[in-house]
Amino acid sequence: MAIWGPSTPFDGEPVFAKEGELRQAIPPNIAATFAGMSARRIFIFGGIGLIAAGMLFGDIFAVFVLHQNASQTGEALLSGVKAVAAHDAPAARNVFSGIGGLLEDRGTKIDAHVHMTDAGYLALLLALIQPYVALSKERKRQFARLFVLGGVALPAGIFLIHYVGLAYSPFSVIGWASVLADSAGGLLIVVLLAQIWGLWRHFRSVRSGSVEPEMPLENSWNRRALLTGGTVLVLLGFLHGAWYSAKYLYEHEAREARILNGMLDEAGSHSLPAAAQSVSEYGGLQAEKAVMIAAHSHLIEFGLLAMLLSFIQPYVFLSDLWKARCVKMLLAGSILLPVFVLLELRMGLIAGGIADFGGLLVIIAMSGMLVGVLRYSGRLDAETGGAG
Amino acid sequence: MSSGRKLLIFGGIALATFGMLYGLHYALFIEHQSLDHMGGSLATAFSEAAGRNMTAAHSAVGDYAAAKYVYVRQVDVHSHWIGLAMLLIVLGVVFDRVGFNDTVRFWLAMALFAGSVIFPLGVLMQTAQPGRLWPTVLAIGGAGLVTAALSGVAIGFARKA
Repeated sequence: MAIWGPSTPFDGEPVFAKEGELRQAIPPNIAATFAGMSARRIFIFGGIGLIAAGMLFGDIFAVFVLHQNASQTGEALLSGVKAVAAHDAPAARNVFSGIGGLLEDRGTKIDAHVHMTDAGYLALLLALIQPYVALSKERKRQFARLFVLGGVALPAGIFLIHYVGLAYSPFSVIGWASVLADSAGGLLIVVLLAQIWGLWRHFRSVRSGSVEPEMPLENSWNRRALLTGGTVLVLLGFLHGAWYSAKYLYEHEAREARILNGMLDEAGSHSLPAAAQSVSEYGGLQAEKAVMIAAHSHLIEFGLLAMLLSFIQPYVFLSDLWKARCVKMLLAGSILLPVFVLLELRMGLIAGGIADFGGLLVIIAMSGMLVGVLRYSGRLDAETGGAG
Repeated sequence: MSSGRKLLIFGGIALATFGMLYGLHYALFIEHQSLDHMGGSLATAFSEAAGRNMTAAHSAVGDYAAAKYVYVRQVDVHSHWIGLAMLLIVLGVVFDRVGFNDTVRFWLAMALFAGSVIFPLGVLMQTAQPGRLWPTVLAIGGAGLVTAALSGVAIGFARKA
């Protein structure tokens, strides 16, 4: 089982004679770092694809589902308040089956978005550590395929939970879609355990050096901008999270209970306008929490994404100008989205639109880089005589 | 490969696996029950209020708040363990570019790893012993450790540059 190979770091990226034109062919030794259908290539394509698809899904959800869902939840809560005022206990209880459905619809879509992008991040991370995973090439390739399969099936299962429900399920609370999602999650865990096993074998080995060539290193402006920008975004996300949890987390929880109690008291004493005001305050509080959490998580996730993409820059087969444009677009979108999500409470839909535009910028930049990697692999395969 | 780098890459993947196992266990055995509990408490609160039993209604709201307190933190633990694990792996790949000697780099890696384990663990302990001070101190200490170590890494990158 030949798993050890020479470390052949790539010593630079292709040189451009003029804008958009490649003068230098891909060095032959680079083939070893990005072989056709190798585990690394599957992880990189799968990772970028999952992240781009997850972000597109998130943008569609934010534009077409999120606000409409919040509005429907508010209306249902108002019906509950009216039922309380009318002393109609069964109607008041029934309202919550509708609200439960709306919350499940919203929650599963957010979870599908988060799990798809996070599986993509993990795939890119696993591409980075392949040189230290001491398993055979074929085994690594199989695990990479399984990981991408799990990364697609997990969010698909989560998305379907709301629509499939408990139909034909032998369990009391878990439906078939949950079974699909949980099985896919289990598959990802198995692949991660296998990677740990490979790493363990590598670290225990007396042989120095990596199992296969490390990813090419370069010190280009694109890479530095992504690495620095990513680190700054992650730090900003940490600081925002610390500020949120210290100042708002407990206050929000206390305020939610206070609003609900007030809402019931007002409805019980037939003060419907005051109860309706409480419903409105409750909606405002949910929006406040949602934007705080979204800003925190997107700052950190975009920071991680920028850092991860800095490593694959040598594989992006675009001119320097277009690579730089992709990097600027990605960093601009990464800061626009969380900042304007936070401003949504003050500026309303204008800020929401700008935040969605920020998300679109990140998706376009990611797609540009994916096209660059596809061009790179096509060129590489042509020069090395096939997809190995 | 330096010991700091090994710790970050190996520890990061181990933490991501653990975070996923926790998520799987949570999804199978806790999440659906928690959501049912929260929905049931709110429905009870409104139904009792409609029947003019305000004491029972307020009690059900309190029950809902307590269930949500636990639910929010359990979800946060899952996402923070995996998120921090990914950060550890990314930093592990470029850790030799941090412009400090091996000893400083190892302790920075140790602080990052320890903080990444302790911070969500403290949050999880808050659900087991709500109102107690020590889990909060653990969570704040872990988060502070990660933030301080990440700042150190950023300074290290700048020194190298």
